[in-house]
Parts: sequence; structure tokens; C-alpha cells
Amino acid sequence: MSDISERVKKIVVEHLGVEADKVTENASFIDDLGADSLDTVELVMAFEEEFGCEIPDDAAETILTVGDAVKFLEKNTAA
Amino acid sequence: MRRVVITGLGLVSPLGCGHETVWQRLTAGENAARRVETSTSQISPARSPARFHAGTAADGTFNPNDWMEHKEQRKVDDFIIYAMGAATQALTDAGWKPTAYEDQIRTGVLIGSGIGGLQGIEKTSLLFAEKGPRRVSPFFIPGRLINLASGYVSIEHGLKGPNHAVVTACSTGAHAIGDASRLVAFGDADVMLAGGSESPVCRLAIAGFAACRALSTNFNDEPQRASRPYDRDRDGFVMGEGAGVVVVEELEHAKARGAKIYAEIIGYGLSGDAFHITAPAEDGDGAFRCMTAAVKRAGIDPADIDYINAHGTSTPMGDEIELAAVERLFGNAAGKVSMSSTKSATGHLLGAAGAIEAIFSALAIRDNLAPPTLNLDNPSVATAIDLVPHQARRRTIDTVLSNSFGFGGTNASLIMRRYAA
Repeated sequence: MSDISERVKKIVVEHLGVEADKVTENASFIDDLGADSLDTVELVMAFEEEFGCEIPDDAAETILTVGDAVKFLEKNTAA
Repeated sequence: MRRVVITGLGLVSPLGCGHETVWQRLTAGENAARRVETSTSQISPARSPARFHAGTAADGTFNPNDWMEHKEQRKVDDFIIYAMGAATQALTDAGWKPTAYEDQIRTGVLIGSGIGGLQGIEKTSLLFAEKGPRRVSPFFIPGRLINLASGYVSIEHGLKGPNHAVVTACSTGAHAIGDASRLVAFGDADVMLAGGSESPVCRLAIAGFAACRALSTNFNDEPQRASRPYDRDRDGFVMGEGAGVVVVEELEHAKARGAKIYAEIIGYGLSGDAFHITAPAEDGDGAFRCMTAAVKRAGIDPADIDYINAHGTSTPMGDEIELAAVERLFGNAAGKVSMSSTKSATGHLLGAAGAIEAIFSALAIRDNLAPPTLNLDNPSVATAIDLVPHQARRRTIDTVLSNSFGFGGTNASLIMRRYAA
């Protein structure tokens, strides 16, 4: 797992209060990890804060799984 | 009109968590006031933090994890967590856990707060100023709104009846219980969870109340002497936080399921001072009319009242105005009534005060025991009324009046009586 993936996972565990082993690449925030629409808004904010980037609303709407978030951040952060 | 009784109690208070523990400590004369420990604040009135110790409810300490999932706690201000704690306790105490749809739609929630989520507003405002609008959490609004105490409680326990909230400053708790009892009396619900919750012990609220010159400042090094209602050296109130929630229930509903009944709510009165935003009307007319309305609704004579849980916040003006209004109401019968301010032990819980004091009133009836007014060393005025100084008084208590008055000139009085068929 990449560094970005580890950091994403940590944020998801913290914000959604889920077990770390449930946070797999294919896990959907809403369907598998118990998030509601407000949780996903907050998650995106936490990613922005952690990675110092901006995730526009239209991009945020495509981030549905842990893997989606990792992919987006790998593409859009200097790290 | 249907009769309404109290069948469950829930308490999160500076004296502890759980009504039996708190009642025991209160009637033993314990004092919850502690000094505020903030290095940056110049204002340090005594503080009584409800969540000071980690622990479990069993030993009387408040642990937020007992009442709300950790990830949910992050989203809300403390007043919602306190409300969850008190509401769950009250339902458990009442033995009422509605699971059938028909029961759920007949059970509602009416929990208020005087101020709501000030701590979260303070924190988010600072974040907003520093980082701009994109860092404002989606939980900022729902975690501060006053009616979200009722909202969270209803979601947790599946209560689908009336969902409501009261905001009347320091009379919130009494208004909530009074209004909820009317909803039950009118038939809008059979059971209501009602009360108040408050979490104002933060720098912003303390600064605000200090600016109003409402807080005690003469006893900052001796916090346990700071709240001293009716005493000549009183100089303001001591802020506390927590929540009180009661189960109010239609009498036949309670009897049918064999519920224990603490007391019957027989009177509720409301009035407005129309005088000043923070000061009570000097002639005490608002307080007098409020108590009179409750007595009339109860269909009793003032002389039937055995114990009064006073508003008595320990402010220089307010205590004597209330005392004079009570003397006016009782006339020659003043010598027979006991009246104490439990704020001398708990501090002033603002929007939760009327609710925790309604709980103390119900327990005073149960145990025939009037809790004391601590620190009443030298009464500032002579009165025929027994102010229960220092020690709890064992006496016959069948009928109790509980007063709550708030900023804006809002007044509420509740009258409870020992249940008799």
C-alpha cells in the first residue's frame, strides 16, 4: 500500500468509526462503511486538509470508494 | 383533561450522573462547584463541569461513551451528549422502550436548551476566520441546533411522536416539562421525554455572562462558597452544565403498564415580565402571576404547597424579588412552607436548571425531604419562610412548586403532587 493509501485509510477509520480491516480499496463509503451524505462531505474536506489540495464538487461526487479517493489524490497531489 | 404523571428520571449534573447518586449527594449537602482551570481567561468563577471525570454511570461519574457513539460525539456540542445521557436514563428508569410502531408514534420528545452549541460556534468561527468557508463541517449546523437534542434522542430510541424544543433561557427546562405535560394532557402523545440540557462552561459564555455582571466573582479562590442564594454576601450565580430529562406520561397509560409514579404534574403557569432584557421586574409581579397561574391550574390553595424549589440563582436582585413574590402569594401561610435553592449545590445550569430542579422536586415528594440551601450563613432579609439553610429538612412534602425565570422576562412555575388515585 502506498503512503497516500495509508493516510486515506487512517482518515476513513477516524471519521467513520469503522474497523481498519473493513477499509479496503473497493469499500464504498455509503454502502459498506455506513457513511451518510454529510459524512462523505466531511471526508472530502478531511482529504483536502490532509493533502493540501482542493477537490472540486464535481470531482468529489465521483469519489465513492476508498480506491476512488486514493486514485484521485495520487493524480492530484504533489506528494 | 387527561392526568399526567412523572414515571422516569434522568440526570447528568455537576453533582454526578444518575438521579439516585445526585439526590443522595444533594441531600447530604455536597457542593459541586470547582474553580475553572483556563490559563488564558481573566475571569475564573467557580465551575462545575459535568464531564470532569471519566468513568461509568454506576459510580456516578459521567462518561460520554456510555450514551453516544464516539464518532457521533465528534459532530455535536456537549449539550446534545448530556441530553442523550439524561434521556436514556429516564427511559430506562421508566421501563418504557417502545418498539411497536403504535407505541413509537405515541411517544415524543421535548428537550430544550437556553443557548445550544456555543462551543462549536466559537470553534467554527475561529476556523472560518483562519481557513475560510471550505473548512466548515457539514455537522456544524446540525450539531449546534437546539432542537437537535430532541432529534438525536428520537433517532436513538425510535420515538416518532411530537418532536419539539423550547428556548426560554433559564426557564427552558420548566417550560419544556410544562408544555410536554400539556401535549400529553391534550392527547397529542401518551408519553413525552421532556427537559433541558446545557453546556455553557466555555470561555465565550463565561465572558458573555460576566459582561452582563451576572456571575459571582468575589469567591474565585473559594468556589464552594460562591453560590449562596439569599445570603447577604451573594454576588452572582455560578455556572454549571448538564441535563435533566423526565418521562411524563398519561396516568392510565402508566397504570396499565404498572409503571412507578414519582408524582403527578397538577399545575403549570407562565408569564412575562415585559420589563428588561436581563433584570427581573423589581415588583416581582411576573413571578407572582406565574406562580398564581400554576396554583389556579392545579386547583389548590397556596397553603397546600409544602416545598418550593426556588429559582434562587444567588444574584443580588433576583433572590429577594422572588422571595417577596412568594411571601405575597402565601400571605399568612408563609411560615409553613420550606423553600430552598439547589443552585447552591449544583450551580446554575441555565436551560437545564428547571428540568433538574423538577427532578429534585419529584424526589422531595418521594422521600419527604427538602434539599438544603448551602452557604446561607446570614440571610439578607428576614422572612417567615424556612429557607432550609445548610442541611436537608425531613418534613411532610406532598405538594411542590418549582420556579424558573429567564432572561427576557420569561417565567415558568410547575406544581407537582404526590400521586393519589
